[in-house]
Amino acid sequence: MRAFQTDLPIVLDDVSILMRDVAILDSVTLTLGAGAPTILIGPNGSGKTTLLRVAMGLLGPSKGWVTWGGRDESAPLRRAIVFQRPAMLRRSAIGNILYALAAAGVPRAARKARADELLQLVGLRDLAGRAARRMSGGEQQRLALARALAKDPEILFLDEPAASLDPAATKALEDIIRDVAARGIKVVMSTHDLGEARRLGGEIVLMHRGRVIEIAGARAFFDNPCTEAARRFVAGELLV
Amino acid sequence: MPTDASAIDLVLRADPALIAIVKLSLFVSLSAVFMAALVGIPLGALIALTRFPGRDAAIVILNALMGLPPVVVGLVVYLLLSRAGPLGSFGILFTPAAMIVAQAILVTPIIAALARQTIEDLWSEYRDELAALNVGPLRRVLTLIRDARFSLVTALLAGFGRAAAEVGAVIIVGGNIDGFTRTMTTAIALETSKGDLPLAIGLGMVLIALVVVVNALAWAVRRAGERYAG
Ligand SMILES: Nc1ncnc2c1ncn2[C@@H]1O[C@H](COP(=O)(O)OP(=O)(O)OP(=O)(O)O)[C@@H](O)[C@H]1O
Ligand SMILES: [Mg+2]
Repeated sequence: MRAFQTDLPIVLDDVSILMRDVAILDSVTLTLGAGAPTILIGPNGSGKTTLLRVAMGLLGPSKGWVTWGGRDESAPLRRAIVFQRPAMLRRSAIGNILYALAAAGVPRAARKARADELLQLVGLRDLAGRAARRMSGGEQQRLALARALAKDPEILFLDEPAASLDPAATKALEDIIRDVAARGIKVVMSTHDLGEARRLGGEIVLMHRGRVIEIAGARAFFDNPCTEAARRFVAGELLV
Repeated sequence: MPTDASAIDLVLRADPALIAIVKLSLFVSLSAVFMAALVGIPLGALIALTRFPGRDAAIVILNALMGLPPVVVGLVVYLLLSRAGPLGSFGILFTPAAMIVAQAILVTPIIAALARQTIEDLWSEYRDELAALNVGPLRRVLTLIRDARFSLVTALLAGFGRAAAEVGAVIIVGGNIDGFTRTMTTAIALETSKGDLPLAIGLGMVLIALVVVVNALAWAVRRAGERYAG
């Protein structure tokens, strides 16, 4: 077995993504290090999802560099992501998790028990046999979280994971995120819920039009934002 | 009408000549679909999952080949297999083997084109998720084929329906030899022209029943797919 190599820190150095000459990420420089969750906030279309995909390694930069633990190429062995709109495999709920466990190289004999545990964690134990694509939006999002945790990641990217969750499930999700973070997993998450960002965030990254316009600790960001744009965003004003 | 009565009679009595013809038809068409699937599904998957110059043209041609005229396929296979042809040394012209080859050629583009579409659609859905799970190329293909299996079975049934109902290819390369290469469709063509309507009508009824059964199966598979896979 290969020696365990850490993917942290993830360093984006002057990264731009161009789509038909439009920069959807514009010269982003950002270091994602071990520690408390990093929360991405910003208006619709500001580039949060794009940034997560780049950091996950799913999208290569048009300009600039990305490194994971100092390496510039790294398969996502220990990085996991819950997409904004997760795709469910055409299997049962537990089938989706078993698949992820198999893909992560978990021995067959250990999969069933681990899958039950993960379903329990996200509160879907009773729906284990249901076709995943038949599940509700919130159930699918929770299943996607359990599936992402299957590979026992070192870094967990979450793209608006609470977007379709009811209040109880949102609370449960925040508990899971805290628990996961306490176990040393680096969480990088986007959200539109500023309360959630404040509750969970170690570090807040505000994005606007493909640029990172402010990075600060959560308390400092909300109580005493450095930039005018951050102050207005927190106050709920439209950024233009 | 006496002919109708005797046609139904032939079917109900399970007339040995009729049964032999039906059996041969099923054997030829099922074998052809099996061979076409072995080529068509991997071919469809390959085109769905790779990018190469001329891919769009390949897809258009493949889709167009779904409508290949059976007589033209028959003619080409005839030329290839005839004594003077490049594959003449096999000596399989006017045997069931030649009929299987011709029908397989006819059906392969149908299966490949439908498989390509199905697998590509599923791939666009699964792509990010499988990349995030770090799934390698081989497992990726197997996953897509497995998860698309209900649609793929529908493609096989479409191919079978086409093979079982065509007459142009098998009559040219099989020769419609009594008791050897006579299928339902070629028998109907011959018996009708000879004026032996009861056998022709009897076979026609079996053929239509077969088509209905195939479509019912396709529908059942679709339903099962929805139930299990959502
Ligand atoms: N493949 C693409 N082709 C063209 N434009 C794209 C593509 N992907 C993203 N974009 C554009 O890039 C911008 C940033 O998109 P992104 O999904 O990163 O935003 P976001 O911050 O996640 O927004 P939201 O809060 O709505 O999820 C958007 O304007 C989007 O239309
Ligand atoms: Mg987004």
